[in-house]
Amino acid sequence: MSAEIIANQTQQATQVPPAPKPPGELSGEPAPAAAASPARQPSRKRLALRAFARDKAAVVALVVLLLAVGGAILAPLLTSYDPYAGDSSRRLAPLFTPGHWLGLDGQGRDIWSRLLYGGRYSLTVAFVPVLCVFPIALALGLFAGATKSRLGGIAMRVLDAVFAFPIVLLALALAAVFGGGLGNVMMAIGITLLPYMTRVAYNATVQEIGKEYIEAARVAGATNAQLLFKQLMPNVVSPLVVYATSTMGLMIVTASGLSFLGVGITPPTPDWGVMTSDGSQVLLEGYAHVATIPGFAVLVVALAFNLLGDGIRDALDPHKQTS
Amino acid sequence: MHPYDALIRVENLRKEYTVKSMFGTSAKSFVAVEDASFHISRGETWGLIGESGSGKTTIGRMLLSLVEPTSGTILFDGNDISKLDRSYQRQMRRRTQMVFQDSGSAFNPRRPVGEQIAFGLLQYDLCTRREARGKVLDLLDRVGLADMHYDRYAHEFSGGQKQRLGIARALASRPDFIVLDEPTAALDVSVQAQILNLLKDLQQERHLTLMLITHNLALVEFMCDRAAVLNHGVLVEAGSVDDMFQAPQSDLTRKLLDAVLEPEISAAA
Ligand SMILES: Nc1ncnc2c1ncn2[C@@H]1O[C@H](COP(=O)(O)OP(=O)(O)OP(=O)(O)O)[C@@H](O)[C@H]1O
Ligand SMILES: [Mg+2]
Repeated sequence: MSAEIIANQTQQATQVPPAPKPPGELSGEPAPAAAASPARQPSRKRLALRAFARDKAAVVALVVLLLAVGGAILAPLLTSYDPYAGDSSRRLAPLFTPGHWLGLDGQGRDIWSRLLYGGRYSLTVAFVPVLCVFPIALALGLFAGATKSRLGGIAMRVLDAVFAFPIVLLALALAAVFGGGLGNVMMAIGITLLPYMTRVAYNATVQEIGKEYIEAARVAGATNAQLLFKQLMPNVVSPLVVYATSTMGLMIVTASGLSFLGVGITPPTPDWGVMTSDGSQVLLEGYAHVATIPGFAVLVVALAFNLLGDGIRDALDPHKQTS
Repeated sequence: MHPYDALIRVENLRKEYTVKSMFGTSAKSFVAVEDASFHISRGETWGLIGESGSGKTTIGRMLLSLVEPTSGTILFDGNDISKLDRSYQRQMRRRTQMVFQDSGSAFNPRRPVGEQIAFGLLQYDLCTRREARGKVLDLLDRVGLADMHYDRYAHEFSGGQKQRLGIARALASRPDFIVLDEPTAALDVSVQAQILNLLKDLQQERHLTLMLITHNLALVEFMCDRAAVLNHGVLVEAGSVDDMFQAPQSDLTRKLLDAVLEPEISAAA
C-alpha cells in the first residue's frame, strides 16, 4: 500500500464522522488569526537559494563569473600596465616573466592587463544584448502565444524563417553589414538572439496557457491582466531566464568569433576575441600563450554561463525547492 | 416540470472547433459536441458519462463560460448565460465552479496552494485580505487537509490530496453548482471512495448541485440519480441511472456497463 493512501486514511480518521457545519460557515465567526498557524515554510527565495546552493558546479560558475566581472571593473587596481601601450623591445616575453606573469604579446603589451581590460568588452557583449532582447522577446512571445492572433502567428513564422539560419552565420552576416565596433557587434548579436529567445517565450506561453490552472484562475474571477501577469508570466519568465543565462555563454563565444574574423570589435581594443586573433599570428612561431590565454578565458566564461543557467533552472524549479 | 426546478437547462448545445493550418489560411472544423439538450435539477448530482474524447469536458467548460458554444442555449437559473450583463456574468462565475480533471496542472506550480484557494475569495470580495488565510484554513480542514498545507506547492501533494485541494478551491467562492471533471480518475479505489464520500457530505451541507463527469458507470451509480451518456459528442441516452442499469438503451451504455461494476467501489463506500 502506498504512502499516499495511508496519509489519506489518517486524515480521514480525524475527519470522520464529518462534523456537519452550518451552510453559512464561511461567513460565520471571525477567522482565527493568521499567526496562530504553525511555523510557515521557509520563503520561496530562501528555498530557491538553497536549491541553487546544492548545485556545486553552479556555485563555482557564479564565483568564476563574479571574479571575471570584478577583474574587469577593478582592472586599474589589479594592474599598473596600460593595455594599449607596448614595450616593443620585449615583445612575446613568455609566461612568468618578472613583472608580467602572463607574458607580453606580439606588440609587447602586458597580457594580464589586456585580459582584465578585455573583460570589459567581452562581458559587455555577452550581457547587454541579452538584457536588451529579454523584455522584447518576452512581450512578443507572450503576445503571440496568448492571443493566438493572426498577427502573432505571422510574427512567429517570420522569426522561424530567421531561426533556420545557423546562429553564428547570421551574426556574421549582420556584423559584416553593420560594420565593426562594440555598438554594432551588440546590435548584430541582439538581432541574432531575438528569434531564439522569442521562440523560447512563445513555446513556454503556449505550453502553460493550455494548463488547467489558467482556467481555474479564470473561474476564480481573474481578469485577463491578472491571468497574463500573475499566472502566465512567472511561468514563462523562468525558462526564459534560464535560456538567457546559458545563451550569454554562446554570445561571448560568438562575439569573440566575430572579432577573431575581423568583423567584430576592432584592434587595438583589448577584446578577448581580438587578442586571440592577434595571438594566432604568432601561434605557429611557438608563442602559444598569446592566443591561448584569451581563448581560454572565453571558454571558461562561456562554460560558467552554461553551468549558471543549469543552477538557475534548479533554483527556479518548484520540484527542486524542497525544504 | 416547472422550468425553474432546473438550475441548468441546456438546449441544442453544439461546439465546433476550428483547427487552423500552419499559416492560418485554411481551417478544418471538428464537431466536439452535437445538439445536446438536458437539464440539471437543483440539489442533484447529474452524471455525464462518455469515453475519452467524447466531449465531456467541453460541455462542462461551456456551462462555465470557459468555452463559447457554437450554437444552442444554456439557461442558468432561468437566464440565458450568453445574454447576461456584466454584473450577472460575474455572479454566475462565482456561483459556478469546477474541480479540474488534471490535478497535476490544476494549480499554478509557482504559487503556494493556499494563496491560490484564497484568490477566489478575494476576487469575489467574500472576505478581507486579513480574513482570507483563516477562511482558507477552514476550507482545508473541511476537505481533510491540515493548516501546514497552506504554504506548500502543488507538487508536494499526492493525487488524492490534490483533489481535496481542488475541491477546497471550488468551494471557496460559495458556489451553487460545481462541475466535477473526472474527480477520481487518477486515484486508487480506497482514496476514490473517500473523495466521493466527501463530495456527498459537502453536497448535503452546502446544498450543492453537482455535475459528475466520468467514464466510469460505477461512479455514476454511486453518486447520481440521473445521468446521460455521451458518444462522440452526441447524447445517446439520458434518464434515471436505475433505468440505465436495468435497460440500457444504447450499445455504448451496454459496453460501459460490461466494463465496470468493480465490486470494491460499493464495498469501500
Ligand atoms: N481547444 C480545442 N481545440 C480543438 N479541439 C479540441 C479543443 N478542446 C478539445 N478538443 C477536441 O474535442 C474533443 C472532445 O474533447 P474533451 O476534452 O471535451 O473530451 P473528454 O470527453 O473530456 O475526454 P477525456 O475523457 O479524455 O478528458 C476531443 O477530440 C478534443 O481533441
Ligand atoms: Mg475531459
